[in-house]
Amino acid sequence: MAASEATPEELKQRIEAGIPGATAEVRGDGHHFYAVVSAAAFAGLSRIAQHRLVYDVFGAEVGDRIHALSIQTKASETQTESIA
Amino acid sequence: MSDETSSPLRDQIQTAIEENPVLLFMKGTPEQPMCGFSARTVAILQSVGQPFAAVNVLPDPRIRQELSALSNWPTIPQLFIDGDLVGGCDIVTEMYESGELQQALGLDNAAPDGPAPEPQAPEPAPLSIENRL
Repeated sequence: MAASEATPEELKQRIEAGIPGATAEVRGDGHHFYAVVSAAAFAGLSRIAQHRLVYDVFGAEVGDRIHALSIQTKASETQTESIA
Repeated sequence: MSDETSSPLRDQIQTAIEENPVLLFMKGTPEQPMCGFSARTVAILQSVGQPFAAVNVLPDPRIRQELSALSNWPTIPQLFIDGDLVGGCDIVTEMYESGELQQALGLDNAAPDGPAPEPQAPEPAPLSIENRL
């Protein structure tokens, strides 16, 4: 094994370091992770673009060392309700 | 190893995305999903009554490599509507629950009352293109 097992704490720190102003809550078992990420940087971006910012923190590790990463993103300081 | 420009397989994937209005790249088939995220996405599309084409990425690992290079999206499943990547299981689920998915698909369904459906017993999709790549 080249790399040690990923931990929720590692993912949280890397997301918060990689996306300016982000706060993250990460749960996971070492292979499957679930991250809730809030960041002002998400404002005005599509969900696709928001999730890409998070995936980009980990690059090719997603699908490999990090087997699965579920993401829920929130733009911090959103005043407007999205229209359903 | 990686070819940044183009490859026949990537061209085939691009063509499939352009030719199918609703196309799901998944692990397994709609009848037999091989991953919980793919199963959930299939269940959502079926619950809104949306016919869709599906490509199983498992038979050849290059499909997934080329798809991710093309879409700039690392995970499977990937749902394309009218040629655009909409997202994976997380985004499709969120959009289903808010009604945005039905809107994007041009369906009349209002936002559902409950959460996204869990995968059900296998049920054939109305239309599926399997292993066409």
